[in-house]
Amino acid sequence: MDTKSNVDEIQDVVIRFSGDSGDGMQLTGSLFSDTAVFSGNDIVTFPDYPAEIRAPQGTVGGVSGFQVHVGSSKVLTAGDFADVLVAMNPAALKANAKWVKSGGTIIFDKTSFTEKNLQKAGYIKDPIKEDKLEDFKIIEAPISEFTKNTLENSDLDNKSILRCKNMFALGIVCWLYNKKLDVAEEFLQNKFKKKPQIVDANKRVLEAGLNYAETIQAVERHIIAPAKIEKGTYRNINGNLATSWGFLAASEKSNLELFIGSYPITPATDILQDLALRKDLGVKSFQAEDELAAVCSTIGASFAGDLAITSTSGPGLALKTEGIGLAVMSELPIVIIDVQRGGPSTGLPTKTEQADLFQALYGRNGESPVVVIAASTPSNCFNFAFEASKIALEHMTPVILLTDGYLAHGTEPWKIPSMKDFPEIHPPIAKEGEEYIPYKRDEKTLVRKWAIPGTKGLEHTLGGLEKDETGSISYDPENHEVMCKLREEKVKRVENYIPELKIEGNKDADILLVGWGGTYGQLATATNEINKEGKKVALAHFNYINPLPKNTAEVLSKFKKIIVCELNMGQFVNYLRIKFPEFKYDQYNKIQGLPFTVVELKDNVYKILEDK
Amino acid sequence: MADEQNKLTFKDFKSKGEVKWCPGCGDHAILASVQKAMADMNYVHEKYVTISGIGCSSRFPFYVNTYGFHTIHGRAGAIASGAKVANPRLSVWQITGDGDSLAIGGNHFIHEIRRNMDITIIMFNNQIYGLTKGQYSPTSPKGKISVTSPFGTVERPFQAGALVIGARGTFFARSMDNKINLTAEVLEVAAKHDGASVVEVLQNCVIYNNGAHRYFSDKEFKEERQIILHDGEPMIFGKEKDKGLILEDGKLKVVKLGENGISIDDILVHNSGVEYSGIHLMLATMEPPFPIALGVIRNVDEPTYANELAQQIKDVQAESKIKCVDDLLLSGKTWEVK
Repeated sequence: MDTKSNVDEIQDVVIRFSGDSGDGMQLTGSLFSDTAVFSGNDIVTFPDYPAEIRAPQGTVGGVSGFQVHVGSSKVLTAGDFADVLVAMNPAALKANAKWVKSGGTIIFDKTSFTEKNLQKAGYIKDPIKEDKLEDFKIIEAPISEFTKNTLENSDLDNKSILRCKNMFALGIVCWLYNKKLDVAEEFLQNKFKKKPQIVDANKRVLEAGLNYAETIQAVERHIIAPAKIEKGTYRNINGNLATSWGFLAASEKSNLELFIGSYPITPATDILQDLALRKDLGVKSFQAEDELAAVCSTIGASFAGDLAITSTSGPGLALKTEGIGLAVMSELPIVIIDVQRGGPSTGLPTKTEQADLFQALYGRNGESPVVVIAASTPSNCFNFAFEASKIALEHMTPVILLTDGYLAHGTEPWKIPSMKDFPEIHPPIAKEGEEYIPYKRDEKTLVRKWAIPGTKGLEHTLGGLEKDETGSISYDPENHEVMCKLREEKVKRVENYIPELKIEGNKDADILLVGWGGTYGQLATATNEINKEGKKVALAHFNYINPLPKNTAEVLSKFKKIIVCELNMGQFVNYLRIKFPEFKYDQYNKIQGLPFTVVELKDNVYKILEDK
Repeated sequence: MADEQNKLTFKDFKSKGEVKWCPGCGDHAILASVQKAMADMNYVHEKYVTISGIGCSSRFPFYVNTYGFHTIHGRAGAIASGAKVANPRLSVWQITGDGDSLAIGGNHFIHEIRRNMDITIIMFNNQIYGLTKGQYSPTSPKGKISVTSPFGTVERPFQAGALVIGARGTFFARSMDNKINLTAEVLEVAAKHDGASVVEVLQNCVIYNNGAHRYFSDKEFKEERQIILHDGEPMIFGKEKDKGLILEDGKLKVVKLGENGISIDDILVHNSGVEYSGIHLMLATMEPPFPIALGVIRNVDEPTYANELAQQIKDVQAESKIKCVDDLLLSGKTWEVK
């Protein structure tokens, strides 16, 4: 290893790995992320991959990317632009060059830059000139060629040899940031336990990459000091896994078995997969025939006494609409997770957006209130899945939990909580021997009791028709109005059981940034940076959408300027306009299927401030 | 069964509320059959759950004293599936109609059958939409004149039995609303069958489709036009018990005993338990001039979804080191920050 004399220390770095969707870039990125974390850095990662599993090789449409932001202090986003781009072919360069910081480093596999591949990517001859990359630090690394040379004497066939080339790239990046190879080596050892040949080949290529970087000494090497991180046991987690596990926690704390009825849909499918794995914790996973059956089996399981959930994305939520209405009407607890993606219709399946908010709030026939909450970081998906279950069970209501494609697949280190620090969940289950009136309500919460089939003497009938307190069908006009208002008020009173809205950033500021859900990382970073740059600004980030925290109006009233930023055309800001028309709102919206960048958030905030 | 007891009667399942079907509707008789079957089965009362969709027949849960859920159009099968998976100890009865299960709920219907969900599915087939006042249904015969087919339908109808067998159904039976005892008898076998048991009950809608099944139920000819199947018995029918079914060139054929040297030994013997579904399919789809097949047509043993899932959970739990959420969170790759 090199001496540290020619290595300077930097605060953070953003690296983007990109290649054909079969090149193993997601794995390469994850391995580098794990390596960074184990060396004490903080990270946030974000994969960016095409909807097609294997789009035509070498085309821009088939490029898969993985971005990781590594820092020596708390990192909140996956980073706007990359300091280093690894491009395994011309298409990867074409697709990603615009995401590299001006003057950044681009490492590409020179071997793959053949005339044919250049053309497939839309280059004529010289990508550096054509994409005006002259000011970037370019490392033309013969990755494929050197991979082949390294494994010249191996018994592997040509295809298997070339499959190792991602390890060469990883080796280069590890050298650049002074990282050891042990994490990657350990992974390979475990992954290919039964194929020692493959382990050996990958390790040799990994080392060859590192040696190559050391030999050419092409760019300066950096070191990122370990971040000051709270003591504890950590693991990496992405939003979908955190969501899945949050429900397991709720199942344990409510003493109810967990049922998930779902239909596969990008980007929510992992939740069904992750929970299907958890038979050891008694999960009943049911892969339904369609989204309607997914929500309806969930309602059936809830009727029968399980903690019942269903996961989906926007188009699936649309199909579940009628079912959710039945859960509202019969006042059964279910949780619907909507991992939002770009819409409308099939839209942008693998991309992120926040445009299902209105659908979650209002997308049903009739007066049909549900609780809507939103997670804001990959790891707090765990807490909000738990919270969604707790509210659903204790308030006998459907809860829609909104996450998004960015949270779902973004990862960050997570300090592992202990179940003893989570509250017990107390669903209002009716007991044998008590008098049971299906829609008799608790005075304080307006919550009805839950009589579970199989309990002696509590036989009753629920349904989707309007009914009176006893559960008998009622078409009485006044009863209908009373029941509608009771259902609305029951949901409203959840506000007494949720935390108040917090103000972050500079509390004395006149300007308030407002966000909700998955944009927290970018908004918090922008808020910090704007404050550092001398302009006072505060941030109010919402996790509870319906009902809103009780102090919402009070918070909003403290600021002269309110700027609501969201990844849609203004759904939350319009919701606030309805709820609190006394305030004036500015808005910044983006609908590109991409998260905000901190830079654009700052630029637009400054612009709005100038415009006044 | 451990939950069995010996005191339930028909009255224990009587509805507290008023039954609001039209006077003369076939549903009343089916309700009586279900109440009789439930009482005869003698599970503890709180085990019974009736789940329905939307339609005239789907009001059923309000008219039978059990745990009940009157849900949304077409979805009873999915809701019942969730309830059964959540608690396999429940005796789940799904009440549905030809529109509810074969049109709007067709997908759930075939999949709950394919999965062999242990649910007793009673399909009231009146070949019409009654609650919405007389539109043709997926079982209306081609040419049926209704408010939405004023010049006759140009659609071919479903045959429920063929659909059930096509979906790899393990149980199919048929009865008629006015045969209370046969319906109750068939329902009891259906409810005791481990798996999805479909009982098609030909039901008469007095208002919108009166006499739809008259050809088979006509007092004068019914013995000639119905065959009631019993396991182990030859398939004979007719007022004089002189007609029977044989297999000829791979097809069913009606023959007369004593004619052309046909004796009772030549007649097919019913076996609802044979896995091969070919004969069951032929029986379930007989149309005039054949008699209609009533009774339990198919009843084969296959593992049920909920039992298989429960077993899988047990097996995995026995092997896994993860016993609680704390174990899970600390499993796999973790690291200490000191």
